[in-house]
Amino acid sequence: MTKPWDTTSEHLLRELAPQVLGSVARRFRDFSSAEDAVQEAMIAAFTQWPQEGIPDNPRGWLIQVASRRMTDQVRSEIARRQRETAVAKDVETMAPVDEIESDTDPDDTLILLFMCCHPALTSSSAIALTLRAVGGLTTAEIANAFLVPEATMAQRISRAKQSIKASGVPFRLASPQERAERLPAALHVLYLIFNEGYASSIGGHLQRLDLAREAIRLTRGAKVLLPEDGEVTGLLALMLLTDARRAARTGPDEELIPLDKQDRTLWDRAEISEGIELLTAALSKGSVGLYQLQAAIAAVHDEAARAEDTDWPQILALYELLKRVSPSPMVTLNHAIAAAMVHGPLKGLELLRTLDTDARLAGHYRLDAVRAHLLEMVGDYESAIKHYRIAASRTTSIPEQNYLMTQAACLAERKLS
Amino acid sequence: MKYILMMNTMRAGQGVPQWDQKDLQAHIAFMIGLNKELRQSGELVSAEGLAFPDQAKLVRAGKDGVPITDGVFPESKEFLAGYWIVDVDTPERAYAIAAKASAAPGPDGTPLNMPIEVRPIMSGPPPEML
Repeated sequence: MTKPWDTTSEHLLRELAPQVLGSVARRFRDFSSAEDAVQEAMIAAFTQWPQEGIPDNPRGWLIQVASRRMTDQVRSEIARRQRETAVAKDVETMAPVDEIESDTDPDDTLILLFMCCHPALTSSSAIALTLRAVGGLTTAEIANAFLVPEATMAQRISRAKQSIKASGVPFRLASPQERAERLPAALHVLYLIFNEGYASSIGGHLQRLDLAREAIRLTRGAKVLLPEDGEVTGLLALMLLTDARRAARTGPDEELIPLDKQDRTLWDRAEISEGIELLTAALSKGSVGLYQLQAAIAAVHDEAARAEDTDWPQILALYELLKRVSPSPMVTLNHAIAAAMVHGPLKGLELLRTLDTDARLAGHYRLDAVRAHLLEMVGDYESAIKHYRIAASRTTSIPEQNYLMTQAACLAERKLS
Repeated sequence: MKYILMMNTMRAGQGVPQWDQKDLQAHIAFMIGLNKELRQSGELVSAEGLAFPDQAKLVRAGKDGVPITDGVFPESKEFLAGYWIVDVDTPERAYAIAAKASAAPGPDGTPLNMPIEVRPIMSGPPPEML
């Protein structure tokens, strides 16, 4: 008996990937090879299931296919090395799939997430490995999303696994203390995946995998596993509250539309209410972290029916908190904008001067872009034009560059008339 | 056959073009349209625009391979602004695409007629003769 393949099947298949991997990795005590075997099983499922239908026990099917690959591999290894190992005995006495089935543990996904976001990995490796091992995506899909050749992405993933192997982390659930230490790194990886998706959702790459949506899916999964953690919930809320504005963020010619010019009727109401609900629940738990604060700021914007209704004093207060919880030049920059909206542009420009000597921002286009914006508010068009153009020559984003050049051109015309 | 179409227009220290808003928008729309067209015709391999030359660094290996960077360029030096890689049937088709890109609109909609360097991309080994 099989079920026909439909639009939800792909989702189901991806959800099963980390569960299957957890089971196979624990059984064979080899994360790296298990991960390859599960990837092969996933590709087999993606080829067979749409034609033949979904098997009755999809998880069992995947575990069986992946285990068979593992067994083949272990056998050939044994034949090659001619030696007896503990794993070889396991292979001989391998349990039938039904038994392995009961072996799956919801915590496996969490173990995998922490493993893939291991601090020994660079963020690009952690992102790729997380998408494959936890997200159940194929190497080809991940490569396509990052616009790199598939062979490059395969190599990146394989090197990431070598680093994990070398670091000697066992495949087990981290202690509460380790967990608290590793969670920020894991959340940061999910946040980076979301941002990558959000940044690349413009530019006509419609055939690309939707990384923002994948990040939301993975963070939803993390929230199910860690329901009491305010920052996990905060991150999910932040993603939803940001993603809600996606349709309004670009115009027909892929041009960027800033927040105050967006058509707010295009915002996704369902995402906004879910985000606000999550945020409210997270904030009621007490400790306030960096993602909850950013989500709260996003929520204040999303709640304003018109740009002029935005509660800037509240946003300013939230940025002041954020400056204390997680200080960075980017936070100071956004804080200066909020201060300008509350106390006038001169106050904002004064705050920006504190960043002029900050080496972390030296030559960064955002400083010039914000300064240009505040100078425009003051009415000093000539200086604003100069800074818009400097910012345009420094950004590495084409839509951002087009936006900044257009702003400069627009002010130049206004200055003449 | 693959060709690279290189647009050499930038000069260091010049900054971004200071055109009117409508000219700027016409130029941007033209470039987006060209890429869309090449993608739809199945000829586009890749297209990239490069960041401004102010961010370019000239790097050489120094002693022990330590990078020595040089960031200041003479104003007259021409820079690559961007490129297309296309997969086309004939060199003529590559020239035609280059001519189209060259005629991108500038101030007052006048075609810029920028020089576009077209060069074949080297391929792997040829099929064996049987």
